[in-house]
Amino acid sequence: MILLTTEPLDPAEATRHVMTAHDGAYVLFVGVVRDHARGRAVTGLEYQVYAPMAEQQMRRIVDAVRERWGLACAILHRYGYIGVGEASVVVCVASAHRAEAFDACRWAIDTLKADVPIWKKEFAANGTFWIEGEDSVPAAVGGAAEAAS
Amino acid sequence: MTVRVLLFGHYRDAAPPEAEGGAFALPLPDGATVADAARALAERDGRFADLLARTRVAVRAEFAAPDTRLAEGDELAFLPPMSGG
Repeated sequence: MILLTTEPLDPAEATRHVMTAHDGAYVLFVGVVRDHARGRAVTGLEYQVYAPMAEQQMRRIVDAVRERWGLACAILHRYGYIGVGEASVVVCVASAHRAEAFDACRWAIDTLKADVPIWKKEFAANGTFWIEGEDSVPAAVGGAAEAAS
Repeated sequence: MTVRVLLFGHYRDAAPPEAEGGAFALPLPDGATVADAARALAERDGRFADLLARTRVAVRAEFAAPDTRLAEGDELAFLPPMSGG
């Protein structure tokens, strides 16, 4: 399953979707907004998404995990403004044994970060920045989320 | 022909005033490619000069190449290095 939503994420929802009685383990990755980045204090992130393509790319990751490892995978990603301590992404992979579940879950989150069109805008103590791969680029002031930060 | 351009990240901050959600119409000669569209944008606004060098592109929500030919009504997205997760 995949889910792209502005609502808070429920990791248990991902687990419920992948686990069967046949499985002996699940690996659950939860990405959480932290209070610092590159030496700056961070108050929150705003995620921007190209929704139709992001959903398609997330679906392809789920399909690839099924094809390469034969495992069920669920990916949830939240967008819009997300405060420190809240989850931005959840990846869950279920398996009869743990090794392949760790491998597949790591591959899924790494691939998501590289190939799913989602970008974070960082609200930091010294300004607002678009995070574009390794680059952080100053953002225009006055976005809708400014008030929420 | 006219394509629908979609911008993300800091490029969206430079989108023309008529843009809605980073999307706006761009008139192009028939047979134009993704690279032609990027050039047309760079001519309009210097902030798009490095657009093709810094982004991957998608046409109709599928990854495409600079030499991909565009058709009337195509959605052309310029995707800066992603930072989801």
